[in-house]
Amino acid sequence: MDALKTGLRSLPELFDLQLELKKKREQRENYLAVCGDTGCTAWGSEQVKDLFARCLEEKGLSQSTGLKFTGCLGLCECGPVVIVFPQGIFYQKVKTEDIEEIVEQTLLQGKVVERLLYQDPLSGAKIVHAEEIPFYRKQQRVLLANNWKIDPSSIEDYLALGGYGALGRVLGQMSSEQVIGEIKASRLRGRGGAGFPAGLKWEECSGMPAKQKYIICNADEGDPGAFMDRSLLEGNPHSVLEGLIIGGFAVGASEGIIYIRAEYPTAVQKVRLAIAQAEELGLLGENILGSRFSFKVSVSVGAGAFVCGETSALVESVHGRVGEPRQKPPHLAERGYNNCPTVINNVETLANIPYIINMGAEAYSRIGSGKSGGTKIFSLVGKVHHTGLVEVPLGMPLRKIIFEIGGGIKGGKAFKAVQTGGPSGGCLPASMLDLPTDFDELNAAGSMMGSGGMIVMDEETCMVDLARYFLKFLNDESCGCCFTCREGLSRMLEMVEAITKGQSSMAEFALLKELAAVVRDSTMCGLGQTGANPVLSTIRYFTEEYRAHIEERRCPAGVCRDLISFHINSELCNGCGACRRKCPAGAITGEAKMPHFIRAELCTKCGICLESCPIQAVIKL
Amino acid sequence: MVNFKLNGLEVAVEKGTTLLEAARFYGIEIPTLCYDAGLSPYGACRLCLVEVGEPGKSRLVTSCTYPAREGLQVRTHSQWVVNTRKLIIELYLATCPSSKTIQDLASRYHVTGVRFRQKHEDCILCGLCIRYCSEQMQAKAIGFINRGEKRRISTPFERKAEECRFCGGCMYICPACQARCQGPEEKEAVCNACLNLSPPCLDRFNDAMCYLDPCVACEQGRKE
Repeated sequence: MDALKTGLRSLPELFDLQLELKKKREQRENYLAVCGDTGCTAWGSEQVKDLFARCLEEKGLSQSTGLKFTGCLGLCECGPVVIVFPQGIFYQKVKTEDIEEIVEQTLLQGKVVERLLYQDPLSGAKIVHAEEIPFYRKQQRVLLANNWKIDPSSIEDYLALGGYGALGRVLGQMSSEQVIGEIKASRLRGRGGAGFPAGLKWEECSGMPAKQKYIICNADEGDPGAFMDRSLLEGNPHSVLEGLIIGGFAVGASEGIIYIRAEYPTAVQKVRLAIAQAEELGLLGENILGSRFSFKVSVSVGAGAFVCGETSALVESVHGRVGEPRQKPPHLAERGYNNCPTVINNVETLANIPYIINMGAEAYSRIGSGKSGGTKIFSLVGKVHHTGLVEVPLGMPLRKIIFEIGGGIKGGKAFKAVQTGGPSGGCLPASMLDLPTDFDELNAAGSMMGSGGMIVMDEETCMVDLARYFLKFLNDESCGCCFTCREGLSRMLEMVEAITKGQSSMAEFALLKELAAVVRDSTMCGLGQTGANPVLSTIRYFTEEYRAHIEERRCPAGVCRDLISFHINSELCNGCGACRRKCPAGAITGEAKMPHFIRAELCTKCGICLESCPIQAVIKL
Repeated sequence: MVNFKLNGLEVAVEKGTTLLEAARFYGIEIPTLCYDAGLSPYGACRLCLVEVGEPGKSRLVTSCTYPAREGLQVRTHSQWVVNTRKLIIELYLATCPSSKTIQDLASRYHVTGVRFRQKHEDCILCGLCIRYCSEQMQAKAIGFINRGEKRRISTPFERKAEECRFCGGCMYICPACQARCQGPEEKEAVCNACLNLSPPCLDRFNDAMCYLDPCVACEQGRKE
């Protein structure tokens, strides 16, 4: 254990330390994993953890039982999640008042607290172990596998599970060409969205004749409803760091930068801590592990603009300038940060690197059925039973992710569409549910993989309104540098808004399609090029819904306020007055025990009357 | 020298030449609003788009920034390019209808109407003035502020810039705010009178043309 204090100077020292920590971990395998990620923290997991610590102390268990405040455990919807190891008992929605019972029953007597167990929404059966829950059982967790075993603020935890072993192997046995060859053979494609083969990207940069090169980790995750990168950085920061160091070695960079948006303060803090720990151990700095490779890593905090996820804008932002893209070529591999060749990889891409080195490219590329190897983390959100982080092999059909892992649509409603790839992605209808989640397949269907957001929508979602929402987001986030993005998106938004208000025509609809295609073809960076996707894909699959808005001035899903109206069925209404009392606009009149009616000129169409009517006499048209 | 194909012709230019420079050298006209030979290319106006690559695998790129490469296939006036360019001009016209430069562009590319809601902006945010100020005058007295729809040009901290030497270069180089045409300001109307090769008065006067400069055909061609 001296190495923890003095730092590692050679490869054998690293392997010795790993072995030592592993033995130490095996001796103490009782521990509680309390999820400390965003979702569970919002449910109050911090208090749960503090109370556990106190309770363990009181019962004299703090020596024998560990307590880890981990990264995301996946099933965010059931937070706060607590898993009791070594048995792997999964407790959901744990509140502070449950803690004594867990300690008393499970830790001391080895019994299971039934009422805190997960209940399968379909069969109603209670499930004890985490791995048996369908949500986990159907996933293939590679990158997230260690999340419940690791305290993200402890490098010992990571080392005990073999962490930095890949770096050791790379520095000890491989040349940079071999590393790149291995990554190419693994068929790893960039997880940031475009899906460019990671090995090729490295090869291109490594072939550049330059003294100084850089590698940047892109953690500017900005899609609404996406939190994969954040959870990786907060749950297992060392895996990303290890990938970054290996990447630096492969392309010949001496400096790495992790670019994180300021909205992720916990991630920034955990990454900074991880860098400090790695530096202390000699895994970063001069002559790492006694090799000739020196590498340092810094953190750059961005102000949080969606466009800074675009690589050239990101580099501008790292320079401290306004985050605006520039026209490529020259590509970043030629001229990037400080005008030097630069490689930018997504967080998830880098997190894959240590696994590829450890597992071997061939074994890795066999994961998944698609044209590209490996797993992909999706943040499954929207109208499904189980929202959360999901890691599946590439090529798994959408249906399996949504209905088997996600548990299907909430409230017994019908599935309508799934939006993949965040605001720049597209909406796919039920007929496309058997589409494998693969980069090329999704692109061909008019959507994209994106960074991995997956928003599921039920029959009560209006697709025109959805297109409007995403256009609004992109219009707000457009940097405004190039004309077609700035003006094109704002005009498209204007036209889609007119459709949701029933003020459009089929001629304008045709113009919208024409404009969307021009915006896609003619803008400078990825934001604009994909910015038309929400419109183009909803038009492609839900033309009928657009037509109903335009020609019949009707919103089939009943969402667009200007196209719906509320009425009271006078034959059913018994005059209880519930709607009248709740109406915030005072638009409902009627005497007690007499049928009420809604005054259309005052109605704001909030729908409260519909919800408050005890006998369903209010109808939405 | 770099050899590539420009509209089917084998051409050769010096290494480092952009597609726009090459096309102009060979006498092919490509419209631009944000380009000036004395300033660094910016690629913001999107008018200089050309199609590069094999048919079927091609894409549109801005010719002002794209360097000529060996064996490249470039088409400056394909159907795709022309249609895209026309819609972009229509968008410009819908945004800044009173700029003579844009009206002239519309005329030259036969954009005869605006299907978008008419706005009346003065600036197209091409950034020429900013680049002029910083690259030619070394002053940096103006720059962009805000982003997206709210983007505009202003001085640092929106105060009178001490760096400004009143050289007037920003006004000189502006493509949008120079001598505006006094044509009809009717909503959605494009007068098209000055540069249009098909005179609008033809259907009224058969083969008569007025030859006046500026042409007043628009006045006469007006709906009564």
